[in-house]
Amino acid sequence: MNPTRHAVRLGLARGWTEFKQSLQSPQDQGFYLFWAVAVLTYLLINRNNEVEGTTLLLPSVAMPSIIGGLVAFSVVMGPAFSLASEREDGTLLRAKAVPRGLVGYVTGQVVYQSLNLLPSVAVILVPGFLLFDELMHRGVAGWLTVSWVLALGLVATLPIGMILGSLVKSTQMVATWGMLPIMVLAGISGIFYPVQQLWGWVQVVAQVFPMYWLGLGMRSAFLPPSAVALEIGGSWRTLETVGVLGAWALVGLLVTPVVLRRMARRQSGSQVEAARQAALQWVR
Amino acid sequence: MWSQSQQDEPWANGGEPAVVDVRGLRMRYGSKDVLTGVDFSVARGEVVCLLGPNGAGKTTTIEILEGFRMRSAGQVRVLGVDPARGGEDWRARTGVVLQSWRDHARWTSRRLLAHLGGYYTPYSTPHRARPYGADEVIAMVGLEELADQKIATLSGGQRRRLDVAIGIVGRPELLFLDEPTAGFDPHARREFHDLVHRLSDLEDTTILLTTHDLTEAEQLADRILILAGGRIVADGTADQLARQVAGEAQVRWSRGGEDFVHATPDASAFVRQLFAQYGDEVADLEVRRASLEDTYITMVQQHESGDADRAATTFKEVAR
Repeated sequence: MNPTRHAVRLGLARGWTEFKQSLQSPQDQGFYLFWAVAVLTYLLINRNNEVEGTTLLLPSVAMPSIIGGLVAFSVVMGPAFSLASEREDGTLLRAKAVPRGLVGYVTGQVVYQSLNLLPSVAVILVPGFLLFDELMHRGVAGWLTVSWVLALGLVATLPIGMILGSLVKSTQMVATWGMLPIMVLAGISGIFYPVQQLWGWVQVVAQVFPMYWLGLGMRSAFLPPSAVALEIGGSWRTLETVGVLGAWALVGLLVTPVVLRRMARRQSGSQVEAARQAALQWVR
Repeated sequence: MWSQSQQDEPWANGGEPAVVDVRGLRMRYGSKDVLTGVDFSVARGEVVCLLGPNGAGKTTTIEILEGFRMRSAGQVRVLGVDPARGGEDWRARTGVVLQSWRDHARWTSRRLLAHLGGYYTPYSTPHRARPYGADEVIAMVGLEELADQKIATLSGGQRRRLDVAIGIVGRPELLFLDEPTAGFDPHARREFHDLVHRLSDLEDTTILLTTHDLTEAEQLADRILILAGGRIVADGTADQLARQVAGEAQVRWSRGGEDFVHATPDASAFVRQLFAQYGDEVADLEVRRASLEDTYITMVQQHESGDADRAATTFKEVAR
């Protein structure tokens, strides 16, 4: 029995268990419900607005963009919060105390965070299809594009979340260093209005990060070919999408193991105890 | 004094290699020396208790031995390996009882023990089958009725029992416990003591635990190491330590509103000299034979009032 492969298998099972437990948790169900209600309300209010320069209604254009933004948001924030809080509460230390436990832990995180994407997207897409007409203009080919953009987006953004969760000092810092930048990015990445309306340098910044490309990729999957007129350069820029997301994925795969190892090395019982004291103080 | 540390080779009694061997261990955080030269060893099957006041460096010492913390200097061997370089195979032979507070809240005890135990399967040997089954280890810590409840619903004491179960699920040869009974009620404490004895007797597990409670150390340990002022100031069985401090008298007095304690083999001579020197200034005089408890409490008081060095010499004085 190869012990590392064995630990990976345990990690896969761990991720699946965590996923099932999350679906059964009222806390997480509430979180999904909150998202679904917020997004669908926004779309319902704007359901009759036509998007400038097209005959498309706002929900048709906004839905794929929001799905793209949501992927970036949840796949960064999910693991960042998990890692930061599980480092504080001793979950990670438990993994460190069993042989090859960290291999299992990280595998479990990857599986769990990836699976989490399904309910996050489903709670918006499923009611979206019931409430609005003409969301998917591309049929089977469109769904295929959705799948690869999701998969590539996942690989591009998951490492960012893990690195963030490893580097922040405490769970509360995830909001400062994760939530705020992502909110700003969501504002400038063409999720809620076309990126061309912003200053040139802001457009450049937006196009450095995965969120813009996730939104673009999703729009290319859902919208009719004529909608390409709305995009920068009048093109879906599929190659560039693969290139930018692929580059983030590659950098992530190289950097994440180093950062995770550094974090794990520092993990000790006193660190967990210190975090516990800090948390008690914070609640008081 | 019964100390292995002065020997040159890391052998404990019987010529068998020591499970834990520590020599000249030093730890410094910034400009503060927490450990200033710790020496001790633990033989196979021994239950050794590292006793000391809070802040004496017990947790630092045990975390260095667990491989969770890098030391500043000194030689450390745990199961024949330097824990700073202990790999996963070494890790599989050790068990660590952690003090958690809210991890794995959504898991049940049974599910978590089955999962964490799984990591030890590749390290099973004909001599030592690993891991324990989840049911077996749940029964050992008496959590049968709560095994399928969410861990979030367990009380503090029940959670500590789960911590112990997780620490032993891999059938470790060496088990580390840092303040294992903190938050236990008296009943849970006794059950825990029984469990420690059973692990040590039936499973041939070597156990190193820390506590600041002398009574617990006396009940549990084959041997007690007292850590104060960054070093081991006493090392022996509870009986040996008691005999070392008996025969000493403890003289307490106050002068000018300040309390003093002094341990001396000849109380009469000391008191005579005290009065000769200070006369009427001496008040609240009390002379009595020191018990191990007295000596320990004196030391803890000195330690907590910030005088770690004086605390460290308290045992030196009485132990001659």
